[in-house]
Amino acid sequence: MNEMIQETLVGWSRSQFALTACYHWLFVPLTLGLAVVMAVMESIYVKTQDEFWKKAAQFWQKIFGINFAIGVATGIILEFEFGTNWSNYSWFVGDIFGAPLAIEGILAFFMEATFIAVMFFGWNKVSQRFHLASTWLTGLGATISAWWILVANTWMQHPVGMAFNPDTVRNEMVDFWAVAFQPMAITKFFHTVSSGWMTGAVFVVGVSCWYLLRGRNKRFALASIRVASVVGLVGILTVMFTGDRAGIQIAQNQPMKLAAAEGLEHGGAGAPFSIVPGIEVPKALSILATHDTEGVVPGIQDLLNGYTDNEGNVHLSADEKIRRGRQAVNAFAEYRKTVNKDSVTAIQARQTFEENQAYFGYGHIEKKEDLVPNITIVYWAFRIMIGFGCLLTLLLCLTLWFERRGTLAQKRWMQHWGVWSIPMVFLAGQAGWVVAEVGRQPWAIQDLMPVGVAVSGISASSVQVTFCLFLALFTILLIAEIRIMCKAIKNFRMED
Amino acid sequence: MKHTHNPFIRIWHFYIEGFRNMTWGRTLWIIILLKLFIMFAILRVFFFQPALAGKSEAEKQHTVATSLSGERVDKPAE
Ligand code: HEM
Repeated sequence: MNEMIQETLVGWSRSQFALTACYHWLFVPLTLGLAVVMAVMESIYVKTQDEFWKKAAQFWQKIFGINFAIGVATGIILEFEFGTNWSNYSWFVGDIFGAPLAIEGILAFFMEATFIAVMFFGWNKVSQRFHLASTWLTGLGATISAWWILVANTWMQHPVGMAFNPDTVRNEMVDFWAVAFQPMAITKFFHTVSSGWMTGAVFVVGVSCWYLLRGRNKRFALASIRVASVVGLVGILTVMFTGDRAGIQIAQNQPMKLAAAEGLEHGGAGAPFSIVPGIEVPKALSILATHDTEGVVPGIQDLLNGYTDNEGNVHLSADEKIRRGRQAVNAFAEYRKTVNKDSVTAIQARQTFEENQAYFGYGHIEKKEDLVPNITIVYWAFRIMIGFGCLLTLLLCLTLWFERRGTLAQKRWMQHWGVWSIPMVFLAGQAGWVVAEVGRQPWAIQDLMPVGVAVSGISASSVQVTFCLFLALFTILLIAEIRIMCKAIKNFRMED
Repeated sequence: MKHTHNPFIRIWHFYIEGFRNMTWGRTLWIIILLKLFIMFAILRVFFFQPALAGKSEAEKQHTVATSLSGERVDKPAE
């Protein structure tokens, strides 16, 4: 019974977090991407002094403004949830993330409040160059504000640079550099930000294609497509390069996530990459995960039963990790019980704890099957992200090609494709987060803290209430966003 | 508008004039303010109390330690 209540609580708390994060992630990538497109257009204006580019930049700034206004502060809800729904997690990670996140938030807020105001109110009031700098800095401010939250997320995937203190029950930072600049964090930052550039670029291409379909604003639409396709292609190249790095890094640090993303039950050397069930490219997974055709990629069963990797290192079975994890949990409990009473037992307990600390989280895992994330979700999310990524790359190459040859305005099938790419790019980004987060399950912090321990001991019904409140609030915001944006897009006229 | 060299007053005028000349931006400001009100004055106050709020440091440690060790911890000595 207790277990069922706990499962319901964890389920609702996770659903609520996923809901708010997914909604938040509709606004953020568009902000990041539109910022670049509008800044490039304004740069062209400042260089050429052609009023056409000024008007074009101003229109995309307006769309940026709508998205920014509606999306701003939706991320703060995630902070609320950390304190209310994930209080054990928040305490356990210590103050490390709270303070930098707050500083970053304040810095980004002031940067954005200043530069956005100059961007919107400053036309004809400040010099062209100062205005242009403000437009670029608006985008930079938004990008900076993504940094530390992604560092925190990376730490949950691969906790480094911290030491757990059993007295305070908190992690303490021992190596700031390792936390802030571990390779996974850098990869994640660029993969995420460049996926945002792609989102903004594809959005601009899509809206411009809509104008072409309607036979309106032709010059503006074609010029926007030209700029956005280039921005999008720079974005997708960065996305692919960093996506490849991310694959190697999760193969090393979160092999279960990779095995689930591939639905790979039994791995080994020369592992194939599954395109869809039943169609495989031989050895491709080994190449992706290890950059070696014969590299060993463990499957789900290998990870559960133990295996030997490329370097000959033996990896423990899940049962052994669970056994050591329970030793760590018991030793931790013993230490807490005896620390003020019996120093000899406490010292021994602490030593046992430290010896098995790497498996601490496994001590809470009931059975080894619980260590496998939902394969169907992770597998298909991975395919949606990569599949749509490939389709979008083709789209951007073709729109640029046809635009350069002067035939895009006649290609209605391309224009339809462009419009349909808008939902595609958003889905790709959402799917990326699903891979990263569902793929990490059952962990809140990889190997250290499962979600069942991270969750606050509050009633599931109160989480259900807030879930419904958020669903309503965010849906209203989204409808408002779409309506206001559609109106702005429909009403816009620019003579050719 | 009166011209002044005081940078603060000039910045103030810059914002005020900007807001005054806004057309489409007004709806957005209403949405922003309404949203912030709902988030901070309603959700934060009535629904999102931090679960460990009001506890002393030792109690917080104890609560989290209890979860981490599956009910096996004594009450803190203090
Ligand atoms: C085309 C090749 C791509 C590859 C090889 C790739 C690879 C990956 C991998 C391995 C992850 C999981 C990282 C982790 O769990 O730490 C990931 C996450 C993610 N991907 Fe992709 N991806 C690709 C394309 C895209 C596209 C087209 C988008 C969106 C437009 C996208 C957006 C994301 C996002 C938002 C995340 C979550 C944040 C993160 O963990 O970095 N990806 N990607």
